[in-house]
Amino acid sequence: MKAWLPALLRLAVLLLLAVFITSPNWFEPLLKPLTENGAPAIYNQGSLLTLTLQHLRIVLMATVAATIVAVALAILVTRPAGAEFLPLSRSLVNIGQTFPPVAVLALAVPAVGFGEKPTLIALFLYGLLPIFENALTALTNLPGNVMEAARGAGMTGWQRLMKVELPLSAPVILGGIRLSVVISLATATIGSTVAAKTLGEVIIAGLISNNLAFVLQGGLIVAALAVLIYDGLSAIERYAARRMGQRTE
Amino acid sequence: MTLRLDKLGVVIAAIVAYAAFLAPFATFRANRIVPGQARSILEALPSMLGMLLLAIVTGAAIVALLRTPLLLRLIAGVVALVALSVLIGVAGGFLTPAGNTFARVSPASGFWLLIFAFTLLLADVLTRLNLSPRARVGVLVLAASAIAALLVSGRWDSLSILKEYAGRADSFWAEASKHVTLALGSLAGAVVVGIPLGILCHRVEKLRAGVLNVLNIIQTIPSIALFGLLIAPLGWVALHVPGAAAVGIRGIGTAPAFVALFLYSLLPVVANTVVGLAGVPRVANDAARGMGMTDRQRLFDVEFPLAFPVILTGIRIVLVQNIGLATIAALIGGGGFGVFVFQGVGQTAMDLVLLGALPTVALAFAAAIILDAVIEMTATKRRVETA
Repeated sequence: MKAWLPALLRLAVLLLLAVFITSPNWFEPLLKPLTENGAPAIYNQGSLLTLTLQHLRIVLMATVAATIVAVALAILVTRPAGAEFLPLSRSLVNIGQTFPPVAVLALAVPAVGFGEKPTLIALFLYGLLPIFENALTALTNLPGNVMEAARGAGMTGWQRLMKVELPLSAPVILGGIRLSVVISLATATIGSTVAAKTLGEVIIAGLISNNLAFVLQGGLIVAALAVLIYDGLSAIERYAARRMGQRTE
Repeated sequence: MTLRLDKLGVVIAAIVAYAAFLAPFATFRANRIVPGQARSILEALPSMLGMLLLAIVTGAAIVALLRTPLLLRLIAGVVALVALSVLIGVAGGFLTPAGNTFARVSPASGFWLLIFAFTLLLADVLTRLNLSPRARVGVLVLAASAIAALLVSGRWDSLSILKEYAGRADSFWAEASKHVTLALGSLAGAVVVGIPLGILCHRVEKLRAGVLNVLNIIQTIPSIALFGLLIAPLGWVALHVPGAAAVGIRGIGTAPAFVALFLYSLLPVVANTVVGLAGVPRVANDAARGMGMTDRQRLFDVEFPLAFPVILTGIRIVLVQNIGLATIAALIGGGGFGVFVFQGVGQTAMDLVLLGALPTVALAFAAAIILDAVIEMTATKRRVETA
């Protein structure tokens, strides 16, 4: 495969996605065969563009919050003062990952009510795990000679953290963020079952009214977003790794 | 002897202090959907028992707060959890007016926080004890038996979640078996297809990137969309392929759920098979070739056993993921514990949500512990054999 083909393919997906969410009616003839009894082929209870932006906003807010908390926690447990928490935090991450997203979502409802909040909480909690795990792996597997050199150069703990440890860990932490974003994009669709305004609304409206065109457009928009964001973040990760002089596969 | 504080203990003691004295222990509601009234520990229990519970949690929190021997911390955690579990049942009976069948009593935030704090204490002790895989499964069996004993003894019958259960005992077990069938069946399918596919990808380099990319993209499709998208093709198959409808393939229901879970399961199985086989040491393969082993012998006697722990890790990921994802099958009529979760969300009956969510979490948790233990056992066994 030629090197430019994947990039061209991605650009095409991005363009198609942009055109679809801004003027979905152009695509009506394509989706019409999937509907029955003259049901609408394009989601008509809200604008796809608004829903997409709301979907992205909720994922972005949850991911930013999860990144800050997860990286801070990982830094804390890898310092001498927090070393006592390290083994426990490892088992907690293991346990946390067994909680299904739907359960987290449903259990957040009694605490905060319906709407955007339970979704945000579920996305935040679920997004924490991959980032924390990757940050922990990165911070505990730093090359010993580099750390030695930093100490030998007379850097303080804070300087070592900011100038050596975090930059070296950045690619792996970014990998965690990427996983977290992809999981959040999918989980946010389930948020519509607790009345959050996301693209899940389109899919669920399709499931309820047996309208395959709705299910397809909702699902395809989320899938396209996920693939594009996944690829974009992978590229940033490779760039970060190159800057750190690390080799990637 | 100087008293030194345990850092985690400070966190635990702070949670316990808040949960025991400031947060509500139980919620009382006149019927299942009206907003509840909070009850503190002393209000929710007969005064002697209330005092006893406060004494126990305070004592256990002090044990956690100070640097104490592991055995003492273990006992403190277990005693506190057992006391909480038994007494929340007592609170249910105490708060429900005699003869009233509408009133509901459910555990409130204080109770859950206390359970969380002492589970944290126990998790810390168990992590520090560094138990062998067998012992960890033992602890799991012990905990499961204790919960089962409490359920069977009827001590929790006055709690709202069990009242929800009592009204749907039959459908609960039917959905439970559907949930397990979905999760395990799709896993079995993924193993049968995924491992040979992984071996093929390992041997034929050209296939590898393509197959893994496709499987990666499938993983990014949100589960409810994938469930929904499979409705149409399976509906078509049911209509047009003779015999398909007879074996239960239909547009909605279990079939699309099963296929979707199967598709999600493929990536971890195939990817881990490829990684596992790629990690087989070259010397092992060379030695096998030198001994005159055929390709097939080499695969089954050398490569596969060496790659097994990694493949098993993939299976663990799939099983835990499937148990969680199977809840979403309820949205397309596929059954499973999700039925209760979504019904509960629809009726704003949170105890019904818990009736679906708690067994799901328990199943996923148990599956993770058991498979982790098995993985560790196969990995250490191999190390002993090769040493």
